[in-house]
Amino acid sequence: MIELGGLTKAYGDMVVVDGISLTIPSGGITSIIGPNGAGKSTLLSMIGRLLKATAGTVSVDGLDVAATPSNTLARRLSVLRQENHITARLTVRDLVTFGRYPHSRGRVTAGDRDKVTAAIDWLGISDLAGRFLDELSGGQRQRAFIAMVLCQETDHVLLDEPLNNLDLKHAVGMMKLIRRAADDLGRTLVVVLHDVNFAAHYSDRIIAMRGGKVVHHGTPDEVVRADILTDIYDVPIAVHELAGTRVVTCFG
Amino acid sequence: MASVLRRPGPVLALLAIAALVVMVLFMTIKARGAWDFVLPFRGRKLAALLVVGHAVAVSTVLFQTVTANRILTPSIMGFDALYVLVSTALVFFFGATRLTTLDPQLKFAIDVILMALFAALLFRWLFSGGTRSLHLLVLVGIVFGILFRSLNSFMQRMIDPNEFDVLQDVLFASFNAVDETLLGISAVAIVVVSVLVWRERHALDVLSLGRDHAINLGLDHRRAVTRILFLVTILVSVSTALVGPVTFFGLLVANLAWQVAGSARHVHVLPVAVLLAAIALVGGQLVLERVFALNASLSMVIEFIGGVVFIALLVRRGQQ
Ligand SMILES: Nc1ncnc2c1ncn2[C@@H]1O[C@H](COP(=O)(O)OP(=O)(O)O)[C@@H](O)[C@H]1O
Ligand SMILES: [Mg+2]
Repeated sequence: MIELGGLTKAYGDMVVVDGISLTIPSGGITSIIGPNGAGKSTLLSMIGRLLKATAGTVSVDGLDVAATPSNTLARRLSVLRQENHITARLTVRDLVTFGRYPHSRGRVTAGDRDKVTAAIDWLGISDLAGRFLDELSGGQRQRAFIAMVLCQETDHVLLDEPLNNLDLKHAVGMMKLIRRAADDLGRTLVVVLHDVNFAAHYSDRIIAMRGGKVVHHGTPDEVVRADILTDIYDVPIAVHELAGTRVVTCFG
Repeated sequence: MASVLRRPGPVLALLAIAALVVMVLFMTIKARGAWDFVLPFRGRKLAALLVVGHAVAVSTVLFQTVTANRILTPSIMGFDALYVLVSTALVFFFGATRLTTLDPQLKFAIDVILMALFAALLFRWLFSGGTRSLHLLVLVGIVFGILFRSLNSFMQRMIDPNEFDVLQDVLFASFNAVDETLLGISAVAIVVVSVLVWRERHALDVLSLGRDHAINLGLDHRRAVTRILFLVTILVSVSTALVGPVTFFGLLVANLAWQVAGSARHVHVLPVAVLLAAIALVGGQLVLERVFALNASLSMVIEFIGGVVFIALLVRRGQQ
């Protein structure tokens, strides 16, 4: 369970995340949606302690993120940013092995190696395990990074726009993987998504942000409504029921 | 063969053998039987080359790791320029004779202390908070470097040309006349630092992924970076104070090490860089002295080659 209390980030006078208090329950997928600049990445980075909050608190399973040793948190929560450039020349297996660091502290055991192989298999990139990251396509690299954070075996996994740079087929594949991580591995996923249709179809809860505030949150049925989305995105949006799913269209 | 050479084990073994061969040749070639004189004389020089090579190689690899950048060396942050500034100021205010007659141990102490103070001042920027503070630190270092260099050229222009000649001689790194006591002190400092670095080798691997991944994997990033930069400072100060500035050499061996080590892990890259530095310095000195019978110009040759590599790296970057 992740609890936010009055969480705020300001750069000078500009308040980017504005006093958010919210509880994200354990299990399932919680999506964060909202227009560009709404503060989604900033919020996720503060939850993942990559960014210091100006005010307010974040606690993960009751542990205050600002006060708990980083290494303790690394066994409960993992976070992946949108951009993941790495200078070091690593193979997929090297990268995924880093996911074991919070447990192994660099002394990789046979058990760690099995878990690395399992994570690589689970993401369907076994044939790429020996390839260097700079020899992969964007989607393949994205899966390697996801394998790393899953290998970390944390209850909570935070992902910032994991569908970035993916075509439709790979985006669907990625969302199915995230769904399986929640259902089969029992992880709690908090995912920033650009595409409202993906959020509507795959998530258990949606947090809708605008101007640094959470303006709505609830189940997809509660949040994916024409009036709410029109309000958030500031363009006329229609919601249709199609084969049991809500489909969002936009007439600019 | 080619695939064997991409694995860290064989690479390390090969380099170790090459380093050993170069060192034995350096000690024995053209000795003409005068062992009593040759061995201690060459031994001292060899030790100076190894100490400096080790310090430069390790400090550059560490600096590149924490800054996640392969074209930076600690010297870009103004350490070398500060060393030059101390000597230039001595000549400027007290004359060249004062510089050449100054007790080398006193000069060493002044240099090390000033460089350490300068580093401490720089590191304040690291603690100023924010995500970009490491970049800020590097930037401030570069600005200080420029400031020192302008002061240097200002003072050097006002110095008597004869005194300027003396200064120039002093400012090119020289492995010939190294004070024995200082060599001992430096060697001990570098061994202690190396032990501390070795204990950080796994954390260094994590740091090389960049700040966000390092934090995600449970590293206290700021503390780790501060620790590493502290060790870098000791290495750079000691080696610069011992023989003078070597700017591009670190860039040369560190980049070569990342390429040939066959692994991105510091367990492999650090020893490979140290061995490459030993081979380059000792081998270079051997070729210059024994083959071409030239003296004291090794640092110029190495800086020239290092400079070319630096430009090549910049050009390749530009094309990507
Ligand atoms: N380091 C920074 N300094 C100043 N403003 C920033 C900084 N980082 C982000 N912002 C601003 O914060 C706002 C929210 O950014 P972000 O969280 O990345 O939005 P989102 O991910 O929802 O698109 C944007 O207006 C952005 O310009
Ligand atoms: Mg974003």
